[in-house]
Amino acid sequence: MSILINKNSRVITQGITGKTGQFHTEKCQEYANGKECFVAGVNPKKAGESIFGIPIYASVKEAKAETGAMVSVIYVPPAGAAEAIWEACEADLDLAICITEGIPVRDMLIVRNKMKAKEAAGGKKTLLLGPNCPGLITPEEIKIGIMPGHIHRKGRIGVVSRSGTLTYEAVGQLTEIGLGQSTAVGIGGDPINGLKHIDIMKAFNDDPDTDAVIMIGEIGGSDEAEAAMWCKDNMKKPIVGFIAGVTAPAGKRMGHAGALISGGADTADAKLEIMEACGFTVTRNPSEMAKLLKGLL
Amino acid sequence: MKIHEYQGKELLKKFGVAVPRGIACFSVDEAIKAAESLGGKVWVVKAQIHAGGRGKGGGVKVAKSIDEVRTYASQILGMQLVTHQTGSIGQKVRRLLIEEGADIKHEYYVAALTDRATQKVAMMGSSEGGMDIETVAHNTPEKIIKVFVDPAVGLTDTQATQLATGIGVPTGSVAQAVDTLKKLYTCYMETDASLAEINPLILEGNGGIRALDAKFNFDSNALFRHPEIVAYRDLEEEDPDELEASKYDLAYISLDGNIGCLVNGAGLAMATMDTIKLFGAEPANFLDVGGGATTEKVTEAFKIMLKNPKVKGILVNIFGGIMKCDTIAEGVVAAAKVTKLSVPLVVRMKGTNEDLGKKILRDSGLPIIAADSMADAATKIVAALK
Repeated sequence: MSILINKNSRVITQGITGKTGQFHTEKCQEYANGKECFVAGVNPKKAGESIFGIPIYASVKEAKAETGAMVSVIYVPPAGAAEAIWEACEADLDLAICITEGIPVRDMLIVRNKMKAKEAAGGKKTLLLGPNCPGLITPEEIKIGIMPGHIHRKGRIGVVSRSGTLTYEAVGQLTEIGLGQSTAVGIGGDPINGLKHIDIMKAFNDDPDTDAVIMIGEIGGSDEAEAAMWCKDNMKKPIVGFIAGVTAPAGKRMGHAGALISGGADTADAKLEIMEACGFTVTRNPSEMAKLLKGLL
Repeated sequence: MKIHEYQGKELLKKFGVAVPRGIACFSVDEAIKAAESLGGKVWVVKAQIHAGGRGKGGGVKVAKSIDEVRTYASQILGMQLVTHQTGSIGQKVRRLLIEEGADIKHEYYVAALTDRATQKVAMMGSSEGGMDIETVAHNTPEKIIKVFVDPAVGLTDTQATQLATGIGVPTGSVAQAVDTLKKLYTCYMETDASLAEINPLILEGNGGIRALDAKFNFDSNALFRHPEIVAYRDLEEEDPDELEASKYDLAYISLDGNIGCLVNGAGLAMATMDTIKLFGAEPANFLDVGGGATTEKVTEAFKIMLKNPKVKGILVNIFGGIMKCDTIAEGVVAAAKVTKLSVPLVVRMKGTNEDLGKKILRDSGLPIIAADSMADAATKIVAALK
């Protein structure tokens, strides 16, 4: 098993005809069961055509109706990406994965509030992963996103991170010492996003085929602290934690009022402290994440 | 992206917020003419730089005659203004704002910003205007009032009234404060700001509400749809190295250490900096080359790092995913040759085409030190410096 996706997932690609969409769709198709998994593309101007043997539909709704796909991956350029997320949500999909980097924060604010309003009114909940994320992979079953497939091995360790290359780093270390991954998830680096560390930790906790988790965070926001607090009372599996940015200068990226409202728990040191207090095995040396985890098994 | 106070006030005025009459100036003569055309008996001479804390640093003076306007304008224009936000070198003052004097009965703080936890717009206020909001938050957090706004609904009258009365605006002025808050919210949303702060917002002797300062920060992802905001950009206020790096689509921030580092991905870049520190040295910069690093990009990245005289060694850390290690290796070799690299260089490469990349480095004939892990790379660069 795995979390969120497996070899039976059927996927719609929004933005399949763009340069990025084409490049990564081909790589995803080549990975494991990709040929069976990637069943539809969306582009209103090219409906009826196909690309890499994948039929293109005019809308997500139509693609879902024709193929039964319940997951979408979004490569639509920034100006239209939030609209694309909303289209996936309106089509009542299970999961939308937004790879696009550089979406205006206001657009994400609006779409996130619309999604929550829909749920509050009794509508179906569509999970959102990202934006600005590498996607996720269940090794040797399915890869949805831009990560290099070949560094992964099937196994029983969960990985969750905000940063793309740092996820690859953790996966690379695990594979090197013979530990495979159940699912590796990149939740993305944007301030306004969908699934957070806590949601992924809950899913790994419930997954019978995940034995332990590497959770990686960075400076800014309070998501890691919230996840840690939840884990303290609920998590049944060992966790190795790392937070990037101990050396990042304060206030360089965020306006001071932004740092203020997140309550001072957003430095790397503060997060590492909370995670340690909540029972994580934390490290300040990102080269030993996998080695530490092996010691916990 | 940041803008100047006078530009922020122009924006606020456009959205209907009351601001003092004022004129931006680039010379002492212009400042005198501005004061004369504004009229009155009191003027404020304000340094325009992109950092806060200008008053304490001597960048804001009240003039009671045209002679004093001349004196203060001459003192402030061209000075290196040092504030808690500029660092010890300070920022050179190139622009002034000459404003009419204000009749201040009370100073408040109000701001709009995006709250990541609730995924709403936070409107916050405090009765303690004119002070640093961090100081207020630290000493008297109960004096900060917040309301959270759903962008689909907007700032309601009830919320705005709650905020205005919460910070102590007297009954007779609440209606105007509510109006100001709603206009501030609209301005924040419509300009794609990430921070819009008025500190202080003043209560005047006659009960009026006016914005005496304006601080804005804009979401760089949204600038493509705001040419009017981009036109406010003042390149002289920006770090020249960071500016140069941005031309090549490199994310660069200079730091105080002596080990330059070049990494792909922001998270891995921070992790690399942290590892350097863990092994006893300090990073000289943050540098994310991003996903599509070409030879040209890597060469420019080397040039920017090496411009910093403190750099005594370079650590390259690449996790090849879509970007192949051999491409980066060719870039590194070319960059080392073009820049006639004379400091130690440690390269750690993992991922796609790792072996090919390592071979290119070995065959280059350059004294490049190869490393297997981040920790190994940090150990080797620290050792090479000794």
